[in-house]
Amino acid sequence: MYVYDQYDHQMLADRVAQFRDQTNRFLDGKLSDSEFLPLRLQNGLYVQRLAPMLRIAVPYGMLSAKQLRKLGLIAREFDKGYGHFTTRQNIQFNWPALEDVPDILAHLAEVEMHAIQTSGNCIRNTTTDQFAGVAVDELEDARPYCEIIRQWSTFHPEFAFLPRKFKIAVCGTKIDQAATQVHDIGIYLTKNAAGEVGFRILAGGGLGRTPVIGVEIFDFVEKAHLLTALEAIMRVYNREGRRDNKYKARIKILVKETGVEAFREKVMHEWAQVKNGAQTLTDDEINRCKSFFTAPDYAALEDNPAALSDPLGSDALFASWVDQNVTPHKQPGYAIVTVCLKETGVAPGDVTDTQLDHIADLAEEFSYGEVRVTHHQNVVLADVRQDQLYTLWKKLNQQSLASDNLGLLTDMICCPGGDYCALANAKSIPIAESIQREFPDINELKQLGNIRINISGCMNACGHHHVGNIGILGVDKKGEEFYQVSLGGSSQHEASLGKIIGPSFSQEEIPAVVHKLIEVFKANRHGDEEFLSTYQRIGIEPFKEKVYAKAD
Amino acid sequence: MPKLIRNGEIVDDHWSVLKEATGPEVLTTVPGKNFIAPLKFWKFYGNELQDYYGEKALWLDSDEDVNDIGDLLNDMPIIALNFPVFSDGRAYSKARELREKFGYQGEIRAIGDVLRDQIYFMSRCGFDAFALRHDQDAEACLQAFNDFHTGYQASVVEPTPLFRRR
Ligand code: SF4
Repeated sequence: MYVYDQYDHQMLADRVAQFRDQTNRFLDGKLSDSEFLPLRLQNGLYVQRLAPMLRIAVPYGMLSAKQLRKLGLIAREFDKGYGHFTTRQNIQFNWPALEDVPDILAHLAEVEMHAIQTSGNCIRNTTTDQFAGVAVDELEDARPYCEIIRQWSTFHPEFAFLPRKFKIAVCGTKIDQAATQVHDIGIYLTKNAAGEVGFRILAGGGLGRTPVIGVEIFDFVEKAHLLTALEAIMRVYNREGRRDNKYKARIKILVKETGVEAFREKVMHEWAQVKNGAQTLTDDEINRCKSFFTAPDYAALEDNPAALSDPLGSDALFASWVDQNVTPHKQPGYAIVTVCLKETGVAPGDVTDTQLDHIADLAEEFSYGEVRVTHHQNVVLADVRQDQLYTLWKKLNQQSLASDNLGLLTDMICCPGGDYCALANAKSIPIAESIQREFPDINELKQLGNIRINISGCMNACGHHHVGNIGILGVDKKGEEFYQVSLGGSSQHEASLGKIIGPSFSQEEIPAVVHKLIEVFKANRHGDEEFLSTYQRIGIEPFKEKVYAKAD
Repeated sequence: MPKLIRNGEIVDDHWSVLKEATGPEVLTTVPGKNFIAPLKFWKFYGNELQDYYGEKALWLDSDEDVNDIGDLLNDMPIIALNFPVFSDGRAYSKARELREKFGYQGEIRAIGDVLRDQIYFMSRCGFDAFALRHDQDAEACLQAFNDFHTGYQASVVEPTPLFRRR
C-alpha cells in the first residue's frame, strides 16, 4: 500500500488548514453559499436531504486496518454509527455536522486519508479492479499507475473547474471488474507487438442521462507518456467541453459532438505540445510507486490443504460461502475473500462502526492488514491462507458478515436514493430490500447463477443501472415515485447498456416484476447459462410479454 | 483607485477594462489613459490605435481561443483573461498555453469573478496579476499564495513536478 512521505503529509495538512479557514469564513458569512459550494464539494461535502454528507476518498479502494478503525471512530463520534461504501470504492457518512468536518478531515489526515476531489467538477478518485495484484489473469498490477494518476490529479491547478465531474479507471486484468469502459477516461494495461507493457486509453464513456461506452483515443501509449497523454485529453475537454448545459457537459458529449476523429486529432495536437515535457514519467518514479505494491512474503503452501477440504465436506454453510465468495489467488495456498455487505434488511454497502473495527481485526489476522472496497459495494480480503478460511468464516459469521450471496441476484448495487440523496426521484434502498425479500432461498439464488441487479434513484446513475443485467431506475411520474426497468446491461469487458423494457412500475409492483423476469429466464435457460447470455440469445420480447401480460 | 495584486503585492491599478467592442471613440471616456480592450475591438480597430497616447492591452473572454490572438501577442504588455464566473475554468488552460506554448512573458491578469480561493490555482497556471472582485479583501487574498507548500504537478511557477524532486 502507498505510504506517505513528508510531501504528501504536508499537502494534507495544508488542505485541512485551508478548509478550516474556508468553513470559518462561510460560517462568518464571508463566503456566500455559491462560493462555498465548489470548495466544500472538492472536500467531499454535500448538503443533503437530512444533513451534510461527507464522502471520503479510498484511493483505488485500498484500506489498511488502521484506516478502517479510524473510519469506525468517525462513524461512532461524528455520525450515527455507520458508513456507506459507494459504487466508486469510496465511503460516505450521512450525518456529520458541517462545523465538525475540518476536525474529521484532521482525523483522516492522521491515517493518510482525505476527502479531496470526491465531488465537484474536477478529477475524482481513480478506481481499479479490486483484485489488482492478486488476480490470476493480470497483465500488471494497475495500482502503481492509479497512485501516479492520483498524485497528478490532486490539486491539478488547471483542471479544478472542469465543465463537469471527471472519472478515471485503470484496468490490468482480463476480466474487467472496474467498469472501465463507462468512465470519462478508461485505461487498459496492454502489450504492444514488441511485448512492452503500456496503456490503451479510451475517452468519452459514462453513465448518467446519456450512457455511452468510451472510444479509443490511444491504442498504445508508452508508460513514460501516461500523464502527458492524460493532460492532452483533459486540456481539450477543459477548453471545449460544454458549459452551457449541465446535462451536456460530460466529455462523452464533447467526443460525440466533435466526432471521434476530430476529437482524437485535437488531443494529438495538444499531446505534441506536452509530450516529452516535465510530466514525462521517469523509471525511478514508476519503480518508486511499484515498490509500494509488491507482494507480501507469502508462505510456501499447497492448494487445497486438509484444513480447507475437511470443513468443506462437513459444513454445508461454509461450503456454500466458499463456493460463492472465494476467488482463486495467483499464489498457491492462498485465496481472495469477498465479504458481501448485502444482507437482507441492511442497505447495500452499509457498515456499522463495530463491523469496521471487526473487518480491521480480520484484515490484520488474515490478510496482511489490508482490504479493498469494490465498486459492487463489498469488501475484499485479498491474501487469505486457504487453511485459515474456515476460521475466518466463523469469525465473519459472528458479525453478520458471512453473507454467501456474492454475485447473485441479491448482491445488488444500490445508490443511497431518496432516503438520503437530495437529487433522487425515488427511493432505492427499500426497492433493493423488497427484491431481496422476494428471493429468500439461497439455494434457489445459487441455481440462478450470477445476475446483476443495479438500482439508481435518478438519472445520475450512481447505482450504475445501465450496466445491470436488470437495471432499475427511479423516475418521477407526476410527483410519484416510479421505476423504469431495463435489461441486458453489463460492465464486463464486452460492456453493454441495458434496454428499457417498457412503461415504469410502482414500488409495490417491482418484486413481482423481477420475479416474472426470472421466470422467463428459467423457462428459456440452456443448461447453466447466465441470465445475460439467455437474454442475449432470446432478446427482450419474451420478457416484455410476460411482464406486461394482462392477468386473466 | 481599484486594487490589484501583481507579483504578490497590492498595487494601484492604472488600467481600465473596456467591456464592449464599440468604436475607438470610447477611448475618450477611459478613466486614466491605459486600457485593456476585448479581442474583437483589436480585430476591428487595431489599425486605428497606432497613435494612441496611453498604453494598450487585450483581454480574452472565456469562450475565446488564445490561438486567435495571433501576432498581436508580441505587442501586448498584458493579456487579461476573464472569469465570467469563478467556476468557469477555461482561463486556467489559456494561461498555461500562453506561458508554455507561446512563451508569453508579459503580464497575465485575471479579471472578472476573481476570488481568494482560486488565486493559488491561477498563479500556478501562470497568472501573475489579479484584479480582485470589488468585495474581496486584498490583504486576505495575499495569503492564498501560501495555501500549499508545494504541488504534485509541473506548473508554471514550479516547472519540475514533485516526482522529479523527491
Ligand atoms: S443516482 Fe441519483 S438518487 Fe442515487 S445517489 Fe446518485 S444522485 Fe442520488
